[in-house]
Amino acid sequence: MTVVFFLFAGVAIAGALVMVLARNPVHSAIGLLTTMFSIAVFYVLQDAHFVAAIQVLVYAGAVMTLFLFVIMLIGVDKSEDRTERIPYQRPLAIIVTGGLAAVILIAGSQAWITASSPFAVDELNGTIEVVADALFGTWVMAFLSTIFLLTIAAVGAIALAHYPETRSPRPEREVP
Amino acid sequence: MIDPGWYMALAAVLFAIGAAGVLVRRNALVMFMSIELMLNSVNLTFVSAGTGLGLIEGQVAALFVVVVAAAEVTVGLAILIAVFRGRATADVDKLAALKG
Repeated sequence: MTVVFFLFAGVAIAGALVMVLARNPVHSAIGLLTTMFSIAVFYVLQDAHFVAAIQVLVYAGAVMTLFLFVIMLIGVDKSEDRTERIPYQRPLAIIVTGGLAAVILIAGSQAWITASSPFAVDELNGTIEVVADALFGTWVMAFLSTIFLLTIAAVGAIALAHYPETRSPRPEREVP
Repeated sequence: MIDPGWYMALAAVLFAIGAAGVLVRRNALVMFMSIELMLNSVNLTFVSAGTGLGLIEGQVAALFVVVVAAAEVTVGLAILIAVFRGRATADVDKLAALKG
């Protein structure tokens, strides 16, 4: 258990770093895919089987396919501009995010990592039955409201994809 | 069984890497992938907290985040393609039409 966790923790962090540092967007996508699979492994380790399956199906399957499709459509732009509009933006960004991670870890170590008792409760098994009982019981209204979210997102994507061929801002309508 | 705090610590590190990616990169696609990484790390935090507290709600919240992230990716990539059709670039520094 512990070996698997630390192995895949390293894999996840390496994948995330590859995603941020790679020049080629395809390499970034592969790094993110590696991290997502590692996170699915962590879900399995915590007996969240259904969430792990959804992670692989939706993220590693659908979302990453969409990303790779868009990279294919847009083209790989390797010559990313290295000049900085804001002076010292990149070093400052790294310092700020390093500080963010340090603050979260320090704050968290007070409550999560060195916690003695509050994590010793009954075992949770995230099978489809258990998740569905909560999802279609207590949280059914939240679940139903995702219908509107997905419908609006689909309509919005279709509206954005319907791009007029002419570049005129307000195309003339032909009267038959 | 590993303490859920370790998963949360790992999620915090992944979140920071994603935030660094948003701030450092100029390619809109890679920035978008960094946002996905941040969403994923928050999902890991939700599930770990649910495991630690013995509540199924952590996994339910993670599932809702997955739904929202899928919708967000659909719309975001559609916007990106619409921008690319007009500008032929994915570099966010070149999208400065609103600059005075």
